[in-house]
Amino acid sequence: MIAAMVRWLDERLDLEGIIAPFKHKTVPTHRLSYWYFFGGITLFLFIIQVLTGILLLLYYRPGANEAFESVQYIMTRVQFGWLIRSIHSWSANLMIFTAFVHMFSVTFLKAYRKPRELTWVTGMLLLFLVMGFGFSGYLLPWNTLAFFATKVGTEIAGQVPIIGHPMMIFLRGGEEVTGATLTRFFGFHVAVLPGIVTVLIAIHLFFVQRQGMSVPPKVEAEWTANPSARREMKFFPNFMLREMMAWYVAIGALGALAALFPWELGVKADPFISAPAGIKPEWYFLFMFQTLKLIPSKVWIIDGEVLGVLGCSLAGMFWLLLPFFESDKPARTRAWITGLSIFALVYVVGMTVYGFVAK
Amino acid sequence: MASLQNNLRSSHAARSAWLAGFLVLAACLGYGQAVNSCLDCHSAQAGRLEVTPEKFSQDIHAQKGLTCTSCHGGDSSSYDPTVAMSHKAGWKGKIDRKQIPQLCGSCHSNPALMRTYNPSLRTDQLDQYHTSIHGKRLATGDDKVAVCVDCHSVHDIRPPSDPRSTVNPVNVAKTCSRCHSDAAYMKSYGIPTDQFANYNTSVHHEALTVGGDVSAPTCTTCHGNHGAVPPGVDKVQNVCANCHVFQAQMYQKSTHNKAFADKGLPGCVVCHSNHGIHKPSDAMLGTGPTGVCMRCHAPDDHCDRARTNILNNLTQLDKAVDGADQSLRRAEAAGMEVSEARLNQDQARDALTKARVTIHSFQADLVDKDVQAGMKIAAANRKAGDDAMVERNHRRIGLGVCLIAIAFFLVGLWLYIKQLES
Repeated sequence: MIAAMVRWLDERLDLEGIIAPFKHKTVPTHRLSYWYFFGGITLFLFIIQVLTGILLLLYYRPGANEAFESVQYIMTRVQFGWLIRSIHSWSANLMIFTAFVHMFSVTFLKAYRKPRELTWVTGMLLLFLVMGFGFSGYLLPWNTLAFFATKVGTEIAGQVPIIGHPMMIFLRGGEEVTGATLTRFFGFHVAVLPGIVTVLIAIHLFFVQRQGMSVPPKVEAEWTANPSARREMKFFPNFMLREMMAWYVAIGALGALAALFPWELGVKADPFISAPAGIKPEWYFLFMFQTLKLIPSKVWIIDGEVLGVLGCSLAGMFWLLLPFFESDKPARTRAWITGLSIFALVYVVGMTVYGFVAK
Repeated sequence: MASLQNNLRSSHAARSAWLAGFLVLAACLGYGQAVNSCLDCHSAQAGRLEVTPEKFSQDIHAQKGLTCTSCHGGDSSSYDPTVAMSHKAGWKGKIDRKQIPQLCGSCHSNPALMRTYNPSLRTDQLDQYHTSIHGKRLATGDDKVAVCVDCHSVHDIRPPSDPRSTVNPVNVAKTCSRCHSDAAYMKSYGIPTDQFANYNTSVHHEALTVGGDVSAPTCTTCHGNHGAVPPGVDKVQNVCANCHVFQAQMYQKSTHNKAFADKGLPGCVVCHSNHGIHKPSDAMLGTGPTGVCMRCHAPDDHCDRARTNILNNLTQLDKAVDGADQSLRRAEAAGMEVSEARLNQDQARDALTKARVTIHSFQADLVDKDVQAGMKIAAANRKAGDDAMVERNHRRIGLGVCLIAIAFFLVGLWLYIKQLES
């Protein structure tokens, strides 16, 4: 029956022709090839996000008077609602984590270099958008921490010269964080961002399929010196089955986190109370937040916060365009880009840890 | 010689210039400052006659433009004592204690005048004072009783809203205690002098000083301020009722109201005391040292049985609320969502508070009604906490099963890959 259906489709769509490239596609096998899995895990977690997000949409009601109660309802009354919401929240955090790991692995393995510049750019844009997902989704339960984190976050965005204030008004839907901000963030979270991210993922995957997996320069050099050392495995089914193993591990980790540490709901947001002492953003914004906190209020004649926001924006822009700083003689640039990458990793991890322990 | 003369001339000219400059500066600094010979002399006096400009500048009257002569008369512009303190200039000298209320009242009882300074200030203080025990005794010639300056101080009178004022709510008890805790001073009146010591141990004092609640009762809240009278024994509950409305309403309908009135007992004070009122507890219904019922009632009589019934009910609800709290805390610690039940715990606590208020009706059935309402809520909340823990256990079992299935699948996949690649 299934074979008949496949044959019927093949006659009309040439399925063999579509699958053929995948059948012939190979993945280089070497001592660092396990880093290739992190892109796939990030994609898998994104799919989990989409599926659990759709289920949450069945009960979630955006609005200052309803959002908190609807999430509370999901957590307490809806069958397996707690599991879906906890998996959605944990998966979001894991997805951002694996996206960062993927980004740094690509940096250290030099996978961004020619001809994969555009793959890197689309990947970086996806990383920014995934953080946007985190920022917009964090407000949706409308609890105290989320309310004040959004207030602080949009205030920081408002510090960008010239466009900052209009951007803050646009994000908040007014001068203050209100129910209008919530509905706006809901729109970004479930419509705008998923649309853009889906298109970018398609482009990113197309580039990956088109160009194949990058081989790190050191391994490449070893293989050039000793061609018999070159190893490859078939993408389908060998690599795909291994990737599936990683997905299963991810599912197990998500289930364990959701069951043992259900994502807490907190207390409903009250715009009239003062912000809780020592309020901090989510961990993936902590390195930027801590940077802003450490900059003096005035640096020469420039406002410290403005300087920090500008600095972070320029650093992000530089990182986005990293492949284009590679010169025609890669050996010359590789050293300082590797040094810079190590510095970036140490800085991000160090500032995040510092942000956690700092009062 | 000529040069010596020149030098002298120039040094004379320099001295003259310095002197002229000094005079101009002194004139500038002194410009606009009114002469007050009273303060100039009295700041150099010692003891009760000492009034420094610094002290007087703190006085609300000085800040509003009044001077020494406004109360004491005389001429403060003259440094000649015979002129400054002449009767011709209206000098009154030290104001006689008996005249002080009248003197203060000459302004403070004048609504038209007071309106120009502070439209919200009352002007019936003197009339009230005349009705007070202090005022009445003063009228009979007893000048030991409190007059305005004894409470409000003198020459540095601050508005009651100022925390440094002697009549600020936080300081009132201490101000009253200056006389009322002085056993020697109060000896002739034959009244106790332990009120301040008792008040300092009370729940009211704690609320006022520790809790910072300036609406918490101090001496004047129950006894009045300008119209200070000791409340009659049959009126105490009316004073308490100003704040404790529901308790008073129930008490007034109770059998105790009439029984106490018949025996001339002072209502609320019989059980709660007066100045040393401690935070009430359920133990007041018990038979221990803090129990109050058995001071009058005989063991095992009808009332004692009702007391036991009420106490058991309250203890039961108290334990039920505590049990629900513990159950919810356990569930929260396990990461379970029980915020709705946690919110409902407030209703259970409210029911307990209501039951404790209903005690003042002295009717076991009414207390029981409130207790049962609370028990129902507490039981539901406890069940929510317990159910959450059961659910937590189910989740862990489910997780274990899923992890085993995933592990089997992973092993199967790995074996399949190995087989494929062999």
